[in-house]
Amino acid sequence: MSGFFETGFLNLTWGSVVMLIIGGVLLYLGIAKKMEPLLLVPIGFGIILVNLPLGGLMTTIVQGEVHEAYMVGGEPAGLISRIFAYGLTWEIIPCFIFLGLGALTDFGPLIANPKTFILGAGAQFGVYFAFFIALLLGAAFPDILHIGIKEACSIGIIGGADGPTTIYLTNRLAPHFIGATAVAAYTYMALVPIIQPPVIKLLTTKQERAIYMKPQLRAVPKREKIFFPVVTSVIIILLVPKSAPLIGMFMFGNLLRECGVTDRLADTAANAFMNILTILLGLCVGCFMSAETFLKAESLIVFVLGALAFASSTAFGVVLAKLMNVFSKEKINPMIGAAGVSAVPMSARVVQRMGQQANPRNFLLMHAMGPNIAGVIGTATAAGIFLGMVG
Amino acid sequence: MAQENVEFPITGKITSVNVKSGDAVKEGDVLCLLESMKMENPILAPVSGTVTKIELSAGQVVEVGDLVATIEY
Repeated sequence: MSGFFETGFLNLTWGSVVMLIIGGVLLYLGIAKKMEPLLLVPIGFGIILVNLPLGGLMTTIVQGEVHEAYMVGGEPAGLISRIFAYGLTWEIIPCFIFLGLGALTDFGPLIANPKTFILGAGAQFGVYFAFFIALLLGAAFPDILHIGIKEACSIGIIGGADGPTTIYLTNRLAPHFIGATAVAAYTYMALVPIIQPPVIKLLTTKQERAIYMKPQLRAVPKREKIFFPVVTSVIIILLVPKSAPLIGMFMFGNLLRECGVTDRLADTAANAFMNILTILLGLCVGCFMSAETFLKAESLIVFVLGALAFASSTAFGVVLAKLMNVFSKEKINPMIGAAGVSAVPMSARVVQRMGQQANPRNFLLMHAMGPNIAGVIGTATAAGIFLGMVG
Repeated sequence: MAQENVEFPITGKITSVNVKSGDAVKEGDVLCLLESMKMENPILAPVSGTVTKIELSAGQVVEVGDLVATIEY
């Protein structure tokens, strides 16, 4: 009868059943609701695979003992645990995804209106706000939550709305949180159209939302677009050295796109290469979420504080834009500050739609892309600051 | 009667034209849909009135400043 006992049925636990349901829900959200399907489908299926008992996808060996779930620091011995160890723990996949993002990003709107750089930085205050709240909660309930300064960093960074950065930082500081923070970051990015509008409405009047901005941004010459990634890398990495892997890859990808002589490389980075990495990243994150690593009070608190981080980043962006209006002659629509969270291009679209609702003459898409792209740079830099602080 | 020329705020490709010459429109009505930056963007009527000129067809590529429509009000 040993064959019978080798099947998974008898090894199913309540926890793994709950995780199978969560995996199913993510698949449903990705496939039926089209929420971030490129990530939620691999993550959802990964969760299902890893929570079927005895599959061994995430097997790690620690001091000769075989563990079904991934053990940080152990020797990987399963299909996905090997990719997880050498792709994620070695910090390769998130950084190379930034290479692809760089090759996809047009910095034109940001270069045309460099003032928007400030808004992209402003939204990062939300990251620090959530970081302090997480830290306080951790200090208040040390027995339940186990949130120290490193865990608080990786919760705060969720507010930056940047998946690869969140995964990169969490892996460095609080690897046991990687499943929860990654899923929170990607879920909230998909929920940008639901989370942002109420926050924006709370902080602006109808008149402010209706502020008209001229459609035409300055045409950016090719030479500026080529210099931008090089000069920005030098400045940011000198300022925040630990941001080098993310910012360096991001700007390198962008240089491939803009320099005009490496179109083949830019095309591969932006499409085939990035798709391969997305498959691996999604599966790795999903497979990390076995019942024993994910079903904890901390995961719940990551989700709650992640939403807070997101909302407060939006709020800080809007408030900073309003502050800029006090000091500048040419008024900007304060909503574009909300696009300083780096969910590109979702938050720019939210701003565009709300701008049109308030004033049908408005077309804020390109104006919002500036802070939106600056937000990506801002979040990667914030991650570098956290790493410099506690890494 | 006053008239207003609505111009395209962004470069892109027309995916659908939703009104024709002679139609009455309200402020905020969709005049046409424009695909730009891999998104479909509605171009809205800035005033309520009558469309007197709209010469667009689906698939057409337009530049910033090109005429969407003329509306009399």
